[in-house]
Amino acid sequence: MIVFDKPKALTDAPLHYCPGCTHGIIHRLVAEAIDELGIEGKTIGVAPVGCSVMAYDYFSCDMVEAAHGRAPAVATGIKRSDPSNIVFTYQGDGDLASIGTAETVHAATRNENITVIFVNNAIYGMTGGQMAPTSLPGQVTQTSPYGRDTKLCGFPVRVCEMLSELEGPEYLERVAVNNVKNIKKAKAAIKKAFENQINGKGFSLVEVVSTCPTNWGMTPKDALKWVDDNMIPYYPLGVYKDRSGKEEK
Amino acid sequence: MTEKVLMKGNEAIAEAAIKAGCRHYFGYPITPQTEIAAYMAKRMPKIEGTFLQAESEIAAINMVYGVAATGKRVMTSSSSPGIALKSEGLSYLAGADLPALVVNVQRGGPGLGGIQPSQSDYFQATKAGGHGDFRMIVLAPAFVQEMADLTIKGFDLADKYRMTSMILADGTMGQMMEPVEIREDAEITTYDKPWAVTGTGCKREHNIVNSLFLKPDQLEKTNIERYERYKLIEESEAMYEEFMMEDAEICVVAFGIAARVSQNAIVEARKQGIKVGMIRPITLWPFPKKPLLAAADKVNKFISVELSMGQMVEDIELAIRCKKPVELCNRVGGMIPSPEEVLAKIKEANGGKN
Repeated sequence: MIVFDKPKALTDAPLHYCPGCTHGIIHRLVAEAIDELGIEGKTIGVAPVGCSVMAYDYFSCDMVEAAHGRAPAVATGIKRSDPSNIVFTYQGDGDLASIGTAETVHAATRNENITVIFVNNAIYGMTGGQMAPTSLPGQVTQTSPYGRDTKLCGFPVRVCEMLSELEGPEYLERVAVNNVKNIKKAKAAIKKAFENQINGKGFSLVEVVSTCPTNWGMTPKDALKWVDDNMIPYYPLGVYKDRSGKEEK
Repeated sequence: MTEKVLMKGNEAIAEAAIKAGCRHYFGYPITPQTEIAAYMAKRMPKIEGTFLQAESEIAAINMVYGVAATGKRVMTSSSSPGIALKSEGLSYLAGADLPALVVNVQRGGPGLGGIQPSQSDYFQATKAGGHGDFRMIVLAPAFVQEMADLTIKGFDLADKYRMTSMILADGTMGQMMEPVEIREDAEITTYDKPWAVTGTGCKREHNIVNSLFLKPDQLEKTNIERYERYKLIEESEAMYEEFMMEDAEICVVAFGIAARVSQNAIVEARKQGIKVGMIRPITLWPFPKKPLLAAADKVNKFISVELSMGQMVEDIELAIRCKKPVELCNRVGGMIPSPEEVLAKIKEANGGKN
């Protein structure tokens, strides 16, 4: 009896992610949501530039690779071309909250009917661990070797809080994938973000607080603990906007 | 039934795009091309199309990339500084082999420059549209009618060769009003796009629209394949028009508004007995090298009339393999040479005779 199987919305391509990286979990949650909603055949995903740049090889649906930060604009084009398609972007923090801030904010304010999966691990992973827009104050990275100095570099961007001030977006929630309980909540949020699109409700973004053991210089286990001790206090989990549902926060 | 209507060049582009089957337009306001966006904003909602004013030129070209990936005809328009912002997207469109139409109604530069007509984006359009090895088909209309015709042609070539076509116009061409005929019976060819992302329907392998090739041998292969396509275009798609070239001893080379001014100067020079003609490139890439090289054996001199500091000059010299001198007659910064100025240059090239 099979009790655990690979979602259909994932291909057989082996993931290239580092040991202990949570991208694999998040890919799986997205694929499970696509499977459960039965939308694989009409889903088009947009991959970013960053660690998940090759996500186009991992999802079984049609995929487009976007320029760095431009995924929400590319997704806008795809969605406007045929609104019956389900369009999602999968982006990291550098992609979504730094170089692509304008595209993110404006897709949100237009209430573009797309689903955005935003993976926040507070670092640029693909390029080898530089300071991200979401790196924490004091966080040591390759480009903040003495720790992020907020006097010089400013403060981390809290994307859900920032976007929640806009009239436009339908749904904003921050989740984490550092333990089973949080993974279950993350799955529910991701599924809801797709359901919103199916129901024509508009821009839905799920921020997933994630890890980067390699560039944080930690074991996978310590990285998961670091999420609890440092990331979540700065990036509180919860629903930041849910226009059609109950405002919870 | 087709009738002639009086239209601005910018409006002619917009209406012709709709005729060509384009139902998706993304843009950002910039003078002197905003009429295109205004026209699309009015028309698109009435024909179930998309008009969207993007947050930036960068976003607009990436929305174009998104629609192009789905296989539908799509366009954006801008002017010089805005095209510079789009160059990132132009490179990605090339890398992913996506068809699109991009309009540049040029203004003077560099920097913020001015808002008056210019042709100083010639290099950018024909040689340096963005990073990496790629080309765009560059079409240079000289009449409002051509603004319409070359827009339709541009969409066709873009689909045929899976690449960007650029209409390289200027502020004069955009603002000028002339009678124009958008042929109701114009044949619009449609192309199969099995590569497009339209949803797999769970019936086929997934399509991937992408410009990333981390294995160098694969990336090299895509570049070489693309240039084989470009070679075919150079052999078969160059367009130009000859004017009074039969017995010409001096050949003016000019495109767009510069060609119209030159034509008046040539007619006057002929009245004064100077044997001068013109080759007007209609495609700037592919550049009409063959007629220019043929002319090099007949004429004594070439004059490049341009609204730039002399950008096309280099392509003329290459095309004629420097067989004859190429002189420059130019104004820049939004200034346009008068027919008298061009005539004076023709007389000078004629050795001061007549």
